[in-house]
Amino acid sequence: MDTKYVLRMDGISKEYYGTQVLKNINLSVAPGEIHALMGENGAGKSTLMNILFGMPVIHNTGGFDGTIEVDGVPVVIDSPHKAMELGIGMVHQEFMLLPGFTITENIKIGREISSPTFISRVFGKSLEKLDHKAMAKDAKKALDTIGLNIEEYTRVKGLPVGYMQFIEIAREIDKSGIKLLIFDEPTAVLTESEADRLLDTMKLLAKKGIAIIFITHRIDEVMAVTNSMTILRDGSFIDRVLTKDVNPVRIAEMMIGRKVEKLLDDTDDNRAISSDDIILDIKNLEVNMPGERVKGVDLAIRRGEVFGIGGLAGQGKIGIPNGIMGLYETTGSIIFEGDEINPKILGDALRKGIANVSEDRRGVGLLLNNSIEHNITFTAMQIQGKFLKNFGITRLYNKKQALKHAKSMIKTLDIRCTGPEQAVGRLSGGNQQKVCIARALTLTPKLLIVSEPTRGIDIGAKKLVIELLSKLNREQGLTIIMVSSELNELRSICDRIAIVAEGKIARILKPEDPDAEFGLAMSGVKQEVHKDE
Amino acid sequence: MKNNFLSYTKKQCSDLIKNIYSNKVVLMFLILCIFGISTTGKPLTYTISEVFSRFSRNTFLVLALIIPVLAGLGLNFGIVVGAMAAQIAIFFVVYWGFTGVNGLILCVLLSTPIAILFGYLVGRLYNKTKGAEMITGMVLAYFAEGLYMFLFLFVLGGVIPIKSETLMIDGGVGVKNTIDLTGNLKYSLDNISMLVLGRTILIVYFVLVLANILIHKNKEARNSQISKLILLGVMFGITFIPYVSQFMGTDRLLLLDAVTITCVLAIIYGLVKLILIKLVKKEKDTDVNRYIAIILVAIIAYGLTYVPAIYAITLAVSLPVCTYATIILLCGFNRWLLSTKLGQDMRTVGQSRTVATSAGINVNKTRIIAMCLSTLLAAWGQIIYLQNLGTFSTYGAHSMVGQYAIAALLVGGASVQMANNKQAILGVILFHTLFVVAPFSASNLFGSSLIGEYFRVFICYGVIALALAMHAWKTVIKPAVAKGKSKK
Repeated sequence: MDTKYVLRMDGISKEYYGTQVLKNINLSVAPGEIHALMGENGAGKSTLMNILFGMPVIHNTGGFDGTIEVDGVPVVIDSPHKAMELGIGMVHQEFMLLPGFTITENIKIGREISSPTFISRVFGKSLEKLDHKAMAKDAKKALDTIGLNIEEYTRVKGLPVGYMQFIEIAREIDKSGIKLLIFDEPTAVLTESEADRLLDTMKLLAKKGIAIIFITHRIDEVMAVTNSMTILRDGSFIDRVLTKDVNPVRIAEMMIGRKVEKLLDDTDDNRAISSDDIILDIKNLEVNMPGERVKGVDLAIRRGEVFGIGGLAGQGKIGIPNGIMGLYETTGSIIFEGDEINPKILGDALRKGIANVSEDRRGVGLLLNNSIEHNITFTAMQIQGKFLKNFGITRLYNKKQALKHAKSMIKTLDIRCTGPEQAVGRLSGGNQQKVCIARALTLTPKLLIVSEPTRGIDIGAKKLVIELLSKLNREQGLTIIMVSSELNELRSICDRIAIVAEGKIARILKPEDPDAEFGLAMSGVKQEVHKDE
Repeated sequence: MKNNFLSYTKKQCSDLIKNIYSNKVVLMFLILCIFGISTTGKPLTYTISEVFSRFSRNTFLVLALIIPVLAGLGLNFGIVVGAMAAQIAIFFVVYWGFTGVNGLILCVLLSTPIAILFGYLVGRLYNKTKGAEMITGMVLAYFAEGLYMFLFLFVLGGVIPIKSETLMIDGGVGVKNTIDLTGNLKYSLDNISMLVLGRTILIVYFVLVLANILIHKNKEARNSQISKLILLGVMFGITFIPYVSQFMGTDRLLLLDAVTITCVLAIIYGLVKLILIKLVKKEKDTDVNRYIAIILVAIIAYGLTYVPAIYAITLAVSLPVCTYATIILLCGFNRWLLSTKLGQDMRTVGQSRTVATSAGINVNKTRIIAMCLSTLLAAWGQIIYLQNLGTFSTYGAHSMVGQYAIAALLVGGASVQMANNKQAILGVILFHTLFVVAPFSASNLFGSSLIGEYFRVFICYGVIALALAMHAWKTVIKPAVAKGKSKK
């Protein structure tokens, strides 16, 4: 192509500790172009942007391969500061704003205008007096450019979230010589009208010749504003296409793709699942979990099935299990086998026979410095009083019984370890996950909830975990709810998959449904939700 | 116009009441103070003069705490280290036999490099323990105390030969428990007369303006500077008029005179501003209510001095002018610092280190500078404190410095994240009022002065705990409220 590009990234590859996260990625953006960078969670979008921004995390882990050209000149970006000098700005997903400062101060942060005084001449530049008038003038100019009508001396504290995003943008365009602006999922936190305003602003900026990289997974927004897009999947470059040449369904297909690897071999399935035999009935569930808010979910889980909950990060799928277990502020009715669970009482769900494997394995799921034996028996001991010897006045730990149980669990789940005394922190991710499952099974639950069971474990171990879950379901008739960001995983084991978008169930799909259906549901394209209810 | 002013006054008053009400810590201590004063059984004159003398002694130290709070270092228990720097300097100055103003200046000069060095080290330590500065500071104070004792009990005399019978323990190793400052450093700052102070300030300002003229190439700027020079010259001349020089020759100012002078100055300031706005510039939209309010308040304040009870108090209290001047200067310094690039950097760092880093601010360096400044100011504050007290308890003078100063700041409504001059001053007044009246009230109410002493200690630590807890509640409740709002 003959087009002049502001930015060209060629053959970018990156490894983190032996895991290839980016493979030969190309990205190019022309001046005045709005370019979408699309992909699922974990597709490598953030890593690519970290490379472009010269984030220390890249250089601390051995750098990357490939070349970056800005305005046709090869450059080395080794610090965020360098990126800023080259005219690359970023509007962060989580706001880099100080609530106690005024809008002007926030826009001018680190780049305050100051005028010399007598004292600063003697003691150095840092004692120069701030020129609030000139700063306010600049801030006003930047705010006017993006059409935000707000007094520049207002404090950021208490402003609506939408305004904060615009202040971030104003800060970036106030920097002199800005050529390329990166928007990292800017519409995720905005209301619909705010998002529309933002998209208009992006168009406005593009008209002024600023190139924009728009990171998002909302396909309808991409269709509305972008000129072209690059699609990544699993760290690989899929395609660079012009927006006018594609349609939403095609984009969704490219983003999701049918993965070749198969996580579960075909097994005999002689379960009888009836849509009338409901084990868990959730009505209007709202969970106030920061970052994973659930805003009204209705679900009916059938006895004996494997029910998948999928969706993108931050949409609320993780909030559902945490809400049921009562780990966050929760409202709504949860009926489990005809018995109401009160999410306000911590442990109520556990006591009534729901076991949970947390998504945060190392943080919440395990006592890392304790032995496998302790980890396996801990919850059952706490909730059900198992593994305890009763001496009337006091109850003591029944080491013998616990050890026996731990050993049998290690054997049945095939946990690779030196023995039940080994600290779980030393185990590999897959084996840690098995310990978590072993603990859940120790409770002899009627319903098992597993969140992100394969996060951070390698492909071989993944397969084992999935097989284990399948075995538990098929052979012991355990009902399983599996929450995962990996659609492939859900589709290989689940009977039904609910896709969560923006805190609500977008659709409930069958694993055989086409990729595009999943992609659209995840992107929250709403008009097609009720198609085949 | 009148209507406008009325509404302005109403708004200001309701704002004031709202502010006091929203700041529960201040409100509570205000009530405690009023209760304490009413039950002392001592005349009001006594309480007030005592509070004024404690104010001049302690305020500087409290003001030294403001910068670290703004830079996100929390309440700096490490000012004890600064106090130690000052005490080392004082010991040597007393040993070498310097007295009066010379001794004071030498103390300041000597303590400055020591305090900056200590501040740098404390800053380095705090940078390693980000997020736990307060507890680090407390433990550090204990650790430093050990080193300090080693220095004073062993090194002085044991390693460094010190030959002085008045200062050293019999046997020549180790410093005595108390050092009497009477006759050398006592009142060395308090006793500087207004005349000296006034003339020094004028001369320093004169030199600054002169330097500015030499630097400035711009002709217009130069002209305004030259007119300043002439004004300064006239003012300098005024100090030679016999009546003025006689009045200013004293070092203490009667509270009555201080009030009168402040009121007159405030009225003049208000009038000049009003005339400038209304007649010279003829600006329509500038808010004049503020200046009218200043004039009115000044007139009322002056009028109040004619009330017999207040008149008696104003006659009973005399202020050490120079000490108060240093406090005002420090307030000015704090304000000025915040208006500079460095001050803005500190505030940024204080609010969020991540944001500061991403904006290219050197977080560690900024924090170290803040600590150096705070330690240095604490050292000077301790010199002011000890010269006023007149006796220097070698091993105990520094021990409660941090706690008292921090308690005072918290009583004024400051928090771990926010503090300003006003809060510091209000805090000192409230805290020390309570400190003065507590023993008398207790002995009055319970018939035992011992309980009063307990009460003092209880107040000091209780205040810190209570203020921190109240602040914590506020921050816990707030997010919950915010969430509730967002739901709607």
